[in-house]
Amino acid sequence: MPDTIAQELNTAETWTVAGRTFTSRLIVGTGKYKDYAQNAAAARASGAEIVTVAVRRVNLTDPNQPMLMDFVKPDEFTYLPNTAGCFTGEDAVRTLRLAREAGGWDLVKLEVLSDPKTLYPDMEETLRSLKLLVKDGFSVMVYCSDDPVYARKLEEAGAAAIMPLAAPIGSGLGIQNPVTLRIIIENAKVPVLVDAGVGTASEAAEAMELGCDAVLMNTAIAEAKDPIRMARAMKHAVIAGREAYLAGRMPRKLYADPSSPLAGLI
Amino acid sequence: MVNIVLNGEEKQVAAGTVTALIDEIGLDGRKVAVERNLEIVPKSQYLGTALSDGDRIEIVHFVGGG
Repeated sequence: MPDTIAQELNTAETWTVAGRTFTSRLIVGTGKYKDYAQNAAAARASGAEIVTVAVRRVNLTDPNQPMLMDFVKPDEFTYLPNTAGCFTGEDAVRTLRLAREAGGWDLVKLEVLSDPKTLYPDMEETLRSLKLLVKDGFSVMVYCSDDPVYARKLEEAGAAAIMPLAAPIGSGLGIQNPVTLRIIIENAKVPVLVDAGVGTASEAAEAMELGCDAVLMNTAIAEAKDPIRMARAMKHAVIAGREAYLAGRMPRKLYADPSSPLAGLI
Repeated sequence: MVNIVLNGEEKQVAAGTVTALIDEIGLDGRKVAVERNLEIVPKSQYLGTALSDGDRIEIVHFVGGG
């Protein structure tokens, strides 16, 4: 009988976006932390290989203030520059051209939001922005609504990854619409990541159990009472959810089914 | 002196080139990106890019974000 324990979990299991291969299925944001040192510690604890970053004007009055790059180092993490704060395609292209010049990254996260209250993606402008960015040579991971029709349009327009929300950004409400996420995942040929709305570890696992390729989160870790511990929890949750998805859950049944044999009762 | 708009603020600077401007502000040129009149200035061209009156310069870097 073969040693089943030797049939190790396939720890080398990877996923690939725009020709780049990663082992960790957790991408973390770098916003909202107490300071960059805590941010870096949480990113390391999460096991993430990719971190999202924003592009902003330098502080002219205090050029010596701490810089993200000195803590969350680009040689340790793949930077995924975002377009947070952009409301048009032209803004997004301008911002990401600067990001490309700052660090040479052409793998980017597009987010074009509609209004400050919901931070819900403006899908019409997102699609238009995506086309501009693809034309400009970027590989674009696209934050989007959980609309399977728009997800298909984004893929057709050349998105490197589709990243539907679980719930509004920073809400921590968890997965509101597993049905549409499943539909998006089953129909996409590019990676699908659940981005935004996850609040705690069980919800990250749930996202992975739906079959998505990875999860992107920021606030769930940054605003936990202990961000570093939560980062670690998220790392395990994403691994657990992925393993459960690959293992395949048992069927749901209405009535009980005994775990111990009925035969041989005394 | 040159009158420019730097990150949205009107400034009078002594710097004649992008390299000199970055030095004058006290920044590390390797960690920023520069835009002049909506065009990217590649790092290799900082030294050769002269500043003129009325130039709109943006200097950005990476900060935390989600």
